[in-house]
Amino acid sequence: MASQSRAEALSHPASRKPRSTQQQAILAASKVWSWIFLAALVAYFSWNGTGFFTLRNSQNILVALVPIILMGLGQTFVIISGGIDLSVGWVMGLASVMSAIVIRDQVNSGTNVEIAILMGFAVGIGCGLIAGLVSGTITAKLRVPPFIVTLGVSFVARGIGFLKAEGNVVGGQPVELRNLGNESLLYFVRGDEGGLYFLKKPDVIGAQLRLLDRVFTWPVVITFIIVLIGMFVLAKTQFGRHTYAIGGNKDASSRAGVPVDRHIILLYVLSAGTSALAGVLHTARFSGGAADAGDPIMMMSIAAVVIGGVSLFGGEGRVIGTVIGAMILAVLQTGLIMINVQTFYQYIVVGIIVIMAVLMDQARDIIIGRAEE
Amino acid sequence: MEPILRVENITKRFGGLTAVNRVNLEVNPGEVVGLVGDNGAGKSTLIKMVSGVYHPSEGAIYFEGKPAVINTPSQARDMGIETIYQDLALAGNLTMSANIFLGRERKKKYLGGAVRILDEKFMLQEALKLLETLDVHLPAPSAKIEKLSGGQRQAVAIARALYWNARLMIMDEPTNNLGVIEQAKVLDLIRRLKEQHVPVILISHTMRDIFAVSDRIIVLHRGRKVADKRTSETSNEELVQYIMGARDDFEAARA
Ligand SMILES: Nc1ncnc2c1ncn2[C@@H]1O[C@H](COP(=O)(O)OP(=O)(O)O)[C@@H](O)[C@H]1O
Ligand SMILES: [Mg+2]
Repeated sequence: MASQSRAEALSHPASRKPRSTQQQAILAASKVWSWIFLAALVAYFSWNGTGFFTLRNSQNILVALVPIILMGLGQTFVIISGGIDLSVGWVMGLASVMSAIVIRDQVNSGTNVEIAILMGFAVGIGCGLIAGLVSGTITAKLRVPPFIVTLGVSFVARGIGFLKAEGNVVGGQPVELRNLGNESLLYFVRGDEGGLYFLKKPDVIGAQLRLLDRVFTWPVVITFIIVLIGMFVLAKTQFGRHTYAIGGNKDASSRAGVPVDRHIILLYVLSAGTSALAGVLHTARFSGGAADAGDPIMMMSIAAVVIGGVSLFGGEGRVIGTVIGAMILAVLQTGLIMINVQTFYQYIVVGIIVIMAVLMDQARDIIIGRAEE
Repeated sequence: MEPILRVENITKRFGGLTAVNRVNLEVNPGEVVGLVGDNGAGKSTLIKMVSGVYHPSEGAIYFEGKPAVINTPSQARDMGIETIYQDLALAGNLTMSANIFLGRERKKKYLGGAVRILDEKFMLQEALKLLETLDVHLPAPSAKIEKLSGGQRQAVAIARALYWNARLMIMDEPTNNLGVIEQAKVLDLIRRLKEQHVPVILISHTMRDIFAVSDRIIVLHRGRKVADKRTSETSNEELVQYIMGARDDFEAARA
C-alpha cells in the first residue's frame, strides 16, 4: 500500500509537494492583481481627485497611453520570446524626425499634402523597420545578447535623429497633419445646445471651444486597432505560437522546425515598427518631429509590459496585460497630479510597482517550479 | 533485407579530439539497437550526426538505401529521422498538443487564406487519439508541459515523433531522471514502436533497459565501435568488458 502511493507520487512529480493554500493564493494573485490594482486606482482617484472621472480627463489618459501601448505592444512580443528591445524610445524619436522632415520638404516643394503625409509616414516607419532589421539580424544570426545590440541601435538612432533634426524640433508641418493627430472620431459638446457628433466636428468657436471634447482621437483609434490585431496575432496565430515557443525553449523550437532566426528578426522589426508608428503619431499630434520624443516613454513602456505580467524569463504574457499595465501607469500619472502630489513622487511610486510586479513574476515561477530547473 | 540506416566509416572531430572514430552502423526495419558505452564514448555525437545536429568530418550516411545529406535537424525530420533528446526538446510553457504540432501547426483559413487561425481543436483531438494508441492517458490534456511528469513528457515527445511518421526513432537516455514506474512505461512505448515497425536506436546507461528491449547491442569505446552483438548472444558481464575497453572485436579489422 505504501509503495503503491510512492509509485503514484513518482509518476506525478507535480503532486509530490502539494501546493499550500498560501501558494495557491499567490498564484491566483499573480494573475489578477494588476486588474484589481487598476480598478482600485480608478476608484481612489475618482473619489479623491476632483474631476478625475470626467470625459475630458479620460480622453487625456487615452492620448497619453498611445505611445506607451504602441511601444509596449512590440516589446510584449519581444520579451515573450525571451529578448528585450532597449531601442524603442530613440527609434520612436528617429521616426518622428524623419517623417517630419519628409512632410515639411514635400509640402514646401509643392507635393499634394495628403501624399506628402503618406510619404512622411512611410519614411518614418521605414526607418523603424530598418532599425529593427538591424537589431534582429545581429541578435539572431550573431547570437549577441539583444540587450547590448538594441542599446547600440538605440544610440545610433539617437545620433541620427538629433543630427537630422539639427538639434531642434522639426516644424513647418501642414494643418492637415495636425488634424490627423488631434481630431477625433466623436465630438461631445456640453451645454444646452450640445450633444454627440460622429465624424463631424461641430461649429463651435471662441469661448465655446471650452465646451468641446474630442472623443477617441485618430491616434487613439489607430492604437486601438493595432492592439486588437496584436492580441489576435499573439493568441490565435502560428506567429504567436512560435513567439511563445521560442521564449519557452529556443533549442526545442529550432529542432521542431520553427524558423527561429527569421522569427526573432521579425520580432525586432515588429517592435521597432510599432515604436516608429508611435513616432509618426507624435509628429502628427505635436505638429513637429522630435528626436527625444520617445525618451521619457520607453522606460514607462517596459514597466507597463512587466506590470502586465509578461515574464522577463520569456514564454509568458499577454497583450491585454501590457494594456492594463500601461493604463495603471497613465492613471497614476494623471491621478497623482490631480491630487497635487509632486511629479517626482510618481517615479518612486512607479518604481515600487515595477519591483512588486517582478516579485510576483518570481514568486509565480518558484511556485510553478520553473526556476528550480 | 535492406537496412533503414547505414553509417559508413563515420568520424567526428572537435578540434584535436576525435569524438567518433570510423564507426560503421546498420539499423534494420523493426529493429531496436542498443547503443552503450562509458561517458564520453561518443554515443551522443554519433547519433547527432544522423539527426543533423553535427556534420560528419568523414564518412557517409545512407538512409533507406540512398546516400543522405543531412545538414540540419529539420532535414533529418523531413526524412523521417526523429530524435528524442536527453533534454526532451519540448517547450514547457506550451500544451501537449502545441508541442506535438510545434513548427507544423494546423491552421484554419479565412478570407481566402489571408487570415490563418490555429486549429486548436483539431490539434488537441489528433494528439489525444495518438496518445490513446500509445496507451497514455493524461489527467489534464490542456495543461502546460511543465506541469506533466517526466514520463508523460517522454510520451508526448514520442507521440510527436510518431505523428510525423517517424521512419527511425533515436532516443538518447530516455529513462534518465524518471521514477521506476515511468521507466517501465517508456520501455513499453519502445516496444509499441517496434510493434509498429519503427526501428529504434536506444542510448542508455541502464543495462537492464537495454537487455529488456533491444535486439542488438553496439558498444562504443573512446569513439570506436568495439562490439556489435545480438542481444540474445551476449551478457551483462561480457558487455562490461567491452565498455571498459578490455575487449575489442574490430581491432584486427582496423589495423
Ligand atoms: N560540441 C562539442 N565540442 C567539443 N567536444 C565535444 C562536443 N560534443 C562532445 N564533445 C566531446 O566528444 C566526446 C564524446 O562526447 P559524447 O558524444 O557526448 O559522449 P557520450 O554521449 O557517449 O557520453 C567527449 O569527450 C565530449 O567531451
Ligand atoms: Mg550523451
